[in-house]
Amino acid sequence: MAAAVRVEELLAAAAPGEREGLRSVSVEKELELEFDLGNLLALDPNPPPAAGLRGAGPRREAALRALARDNAQLLVAQLWALPAERAGGAAGPLVASLPEPSCRLPREKPPPKPRPPTRWEQFARLKGIRRRKRTSLVWDEQAKEWRRRWGYRRAGGDPARSWLLEVPAGADPEEDQFAKKRQEKRERVARNEFNRLRNLARAHRASTAVPAPPLHPTGHQSREELGLAARVARVSTASLGRFQPRLPKEPVELPPRGRCSKKRRFEPVLGDLAAERGRQLELLKAMNSKKPALDITRAVNKQLREEDAEAAAAKGKKQKQRGKRGRRQQQRPARGGRKSGARRQQRPAGGNVTGGKRKKA
Amino acid sequence: MDALGRVVKPKTKRAKRFLERREPKLTENTKNAMLIKGGNANLTVTEVLKDIYAVKKPFAVLYKKKNITRPFEDQTSLEFFSKKSDCSLFLFGSHNKKRPNNLIIGRMFDYHVLDMIELGIENFVSLKDVKNNKCPEGTKPMLIFAGDMFELNEEYRRLKNLLIDFFRGPTVPSIRLAGLEHVLHFTALDGKIYMRSYKVLLKKSGCKIPRIELEDIGPSLDLVMRRTHLASDDLYKLSLKQPKALKPKKKKNISHDVFGTTYGRIHMQKQDLSKLQTRKLKGLKKRPAEKSAQDGGTSPKKSKSAW
Repeated sequence: MAAAVRVEELLAAAAPGEREGLRSVSVEKELELEFDLGNLLALDPNPPPAAGLRGAGPRREAALRALARDNAQLLVAQLWALPAERAGGAAGPLVASLPEPSCRLPREKPPPKPRPPTRWEQFARLKGIRRRKRTSLVWDEQAKEWRRRWGYRRAGGDPARSWLLEVPAGADPEEDQFAKKRQEKRERVARNEFNRLRNLARAHRASTAVPAPPLHPTGHQSREELGLAARVARVSTASLGRFQPRLPKEPVELPPRGRCSKKRRFEPVLGDLAAERGRQLELLKAMNSKKPALDITRAVNKQLREEDAEAAAAKGKKQKQRGKRGRRQQQRPARGGRKSGARRQQRPAGGNVTGGKRKKA
Repeated sequence: MDALGRVVKPKTKRAKRFLERREPKLTENTKNAMLIKGGNANLTVTEVLKDIYAVKKPFAVLYKKKNITRPFEDQTSLEFFSKKSDCSLFLFGSHNKKRPNNLIIGRMFDYHVLDMIELGIENFVSLKDVKNNKCPEGTKPMLIFAGDMFELNEEYRRLKNLLIDFFRGPTVPSIRLAGLEHVLHFTALDGKIYMRSYKVLLKKSGCKIPRIELEDIGPSLDLVMRRTHLASDDLYKLSLKQPKALKPKKKKNISHDVFGTTYGRIHMQKQDLSKLQTRKLKGLKKRPAEKSAQDGGTSPKKSKSAW
């Protein structure tokens, strides 16, 4: 009996303390706080208690501190609720993994733009050439150890201290081989630098490309622009460039005929006798053969294909106008009638061709 | 233009690293702040700059000399400094009769001024005035904004965004829970913004979550909003744009329910149901006679001939 009473007393004594501890972690707020745990951020939309913060001095500080304490308690509660683990074994500190920050903040700099591929990179992509990973160390036979491929103490020996150079078989014996080697190296370096700058310029031009007007005034014209300018200048004469003298390597371009090609061309009367003879014999052969000059099946197929294409184009247009309805209500065109019609058209035409010209052999 | 894409190539690895640090990247570096003194900066303003520098170390640069510029009129000087020191946040302190104890807080985008807000310091309690133990340098502070003004007013919203950007520090994937020591609390009331900085003491409570007690360390500022120079909407939107590569990749064939259940989809190939592995029941076992009938009369055992 006494033991039970003592136990109850103990529990009663412990309970308020426990309840106090539990109470002290909970915070009452009118509106819920918004949390951005990735940034350790809490936003309290409640208007702050104006009464406590009105007067200056320590009262205000106390009120602010109380408000801050409540908000901080809520934020810490949220942070403690995150999945945590012990870093570095069982005795390490408790570490919580933070989510991604959700507050959208502006960037420092704009995101990087991918640079256009260089001429070599384009070529390599076209040919399917891929980079071979090279070892950084190379076995040097002379020194019998692993040395760098290039740089300080490289595998092939120091190139600057090579004291002997062989004169190659076909070279002038008086020529200075050392000077020649130095010259070549200088040329290689200059060429590399030139190519690098050219790639940069191309990339820069591509990135700041403005759709330029087709023809510039003088200066800063590219190869294509100059060609275009030359072509336009040629055609700008009164006779549309027909009698303009050509440059030595300028290609002969036929002018676009367009609508002005109504003029028929005839062969000269006394021209190539052999060709004329050949043409007349061909004609006779065609006239004498039993085969019709016009291949009817081919002509008919061609006609059908044209008509099919037209029908498809018309159907496409109609579908765009009508939408789903057009597709459902499509009518299949009558095939049989057209075919016979085509045939009927070709026959008399075929007859005319054979019966038109008749020449005595 | 990256280090490789420059007309003058860097000759040393160190120079190359320096340039690569400054070029635009997918995931950016932590923003640095530059703290600049104006033409006539008085003691208060200088103290404020020093204290903010102490809070923002090591991601801040404090300039010692006075610079006679007016940020609201001419921004070229600020942009030059930003380019030289690679800082995208700035705090400019000045003092004159018309605007006493003036602080201009701002940020840059692509080395051009994005937002600038002018704040007046009404009341200032320095780090030195509060004598107790401070938090170690470089602790990531917890930021709390209290007050409905921060939601309703457009300028206050931008100020809140700017303050988060200024004080948040590096973005970390995980954090040591015992190391959450520093709290910066901003309250907006009656046109004033009270900035207080507290140290967090974790006390025992009945449950896992500790009870928080706050201790005031410096600096404390009472601020009044004066002029603002906010970025236009489209420039702000442009600065917020994140490259596509940073977007989280959507996992295919996984869908979520309203109740939080995760559903997955598995695509199976066509199974031969006759060869399905089921429970072996002795009664359904094929007897040798049935098996030979199925094979079409040919017995599996060949009879040995004497030939």
